[in-house]
Amino acid sequence: MIAVDLLKPFSYEFFRNGLIIATLAGALCGLIGVFVVLRGMSYIGHGLSHAVFGGAALAAVLNLNYFLGAGFWGLASGLMIGRVSRKRIIGADAAIGVITTASFAMGLALQARFGQAKRSIDAVLFGNVLGVFTSDILAVAGVGVLSVVVIIGLYRKLLFATFDPEVAGVSGVSVPAMEAVLMVLLSATILVTVRVIGVLLISALLVLPAVTARMLTNSFGRMLWLSPVLGAIFGGVGMYISWYADIPSGAVIILAGTLVFIAAYSVVGVRRRTQLAGINHH
Amino acid sequence: MKKSPGEDPILMKCEHMSCSYGGAPVIENVDVTIHRGEFVGIVGPSGSGKTTLLRAMLGSVKPIHGSIKRQPGLRLAYVPQLETVDWNFPVTVGEVVGMSRPQRLMRPQAQASEISLIEDVLERLGLGGLTQRHIRELSGGQQQRVFLARALIQKPDMLILDEPTAGVDVRTRHEVLHVLADLNESPPNGDGIAIVLTTHDLNGLAAHLPRLVCFNRTVIADGSPAEVLQPYFLERTYGAPMEVLQHGGMPVVLEQGGDELRNRLNRSSAS
Repeated sequence: MIAVDLLKPFSYEFFRNGLIIATLAGALCGLIGVFVVLRGMSYIGHGLSHAVFGGAALAAVLNLNYFLGAGFWGLASGLMIGRVSRKRIIGADAAIGVITTASFAMGLALQARFGQAKRSIDAVLFGNVLGVFTSDILAVAGVGVLSVVVIIGLYRKLLFATFDPEVAGVSGVSVPAMEAVLMVLLSATILVTVRVIGVLLISALLVLPAVTARMLTNSFGRMLWLSPVLGAIFGGVGMYISWYADIPSGAVIILAGTLVFIAAYSVVGVRRRTQLAGINHH
Repeated sequence: MKKSPGEDPILMKCEHMSCSYGGAPVIENVDVTIHRGEFVGIVGPSGSGKTTLLRAMLGSVKPIHGSIKRQPGLRLAYVPQLETVDWNFPVTVGEVVGMSRPQRLMRPQAQASEISLIEDVLERLGLGGLTQRHIRELSGGQQQRVFLARALIQKPDMLILDEPTAGVDVRTRHEVLHVLADLNESPPNGDGIAIVLTTHDLNGLAAHLPRLVCFNRTVIADGSPAEVLQPYFLERTYGAPMEVLQHGGMPVVLEQGGDELRNRLNRSSAS
């Protein structure tokens, strides 16, 4: 009887679709999150998700395709943030603050002015994992495959540009090109996952699997596969628990990730700090 | 018999070179020539433009006046200051050394021949068996040698190092200096690797090098330590009077006014 109860949610197609997309989105965010965390771009992930909200609102008002409107807007915001922060007149955090909050405010203004757009905007803000279509699953899977291919193909250049951009630049790696590649992948990831867990929780899913993986390994190569695996587990398990807990799936996914991170930090963090205390630093 | 540097081919030549970051020039009218197999130290105070000179040599800063010419096909490798490294980055010794190698399409991990190459370079620098270690789990000297290994695996003709002994203890400084001298004299790929480094350390490092350039926005003096470490040049470079003593045939630079400062500090602590 218990086994039948545990399998009950799988008899509903909307749950199966939700589980698939939450797992895929977790894996994708986990993969891209490695670069987000190691490059200190967590705030960019948070900001871009807000920028996408502005683009989504505009697309809804103009009756354009969501992916077209939000995608163009998110990509333009990402590239603009990169450009403004490279000029070094203002810091990257300030550039993100200005560009993405302006975009978010525009979304809110459009929502207030054109009430009929409210339904799809709510989906972007808070996520709607149980209302996904096959096209959403294909979009996440497509960006996932693209990301894996690009990251494997440019692995060493991306690693070099992330770890040591100055030396990478003089060693023949085009650091601005690598930054643009990552920004495009991040924008695309946010674009296709934002409807699953929502603008307000997406930055956590970009960060949690990667920081948990970081606690478990000292190798970039291992972190790059461990983080997507953890993200997939957070997404799948969080989605499954949300069915029984009757809590919004986005919140459960993040809480599941947070609990695993706390466990990893407590166990591995204490051990590592003890080891590091014994190492003679320069 | 070893040739004098002037007989060796020129690897790089800066002529009347000035560079800026968009505003006033940071370095001006610089004339420096580096020959194959030379070992050159650039000394000067903080903010004197030493790092900008290195960046110009590396090509990451372009001259606004004058020129910098490099031998066609010149292979340069750069070792940054250890202080700029993110020691919390999840990267092993093997990953650091391998990241500078070109990658075969869709094959990110090092192949067997490449692993053997990485291990050879690490072995040569006394880092054998540390491939899987995280970079933070090494001593200061080992950390510096990991970044040297990453540079060497690119088989450079010229190695450029920014403050390789900044913030390291005396033993590590000796280690680094000996490794660099070995590379300069007997590199793995034939001819001597030219080495250019910046340093603040006049007595511990600069005085041991065959050629020194005193630098403060431009070249103040260029020659052997005996020629360059002179009170006149040092005062022009550092903007403060300095005394030079001879000890065991080596110049030893002392700050003038040190006794007076020490006495004042003693008086203030006594009161």
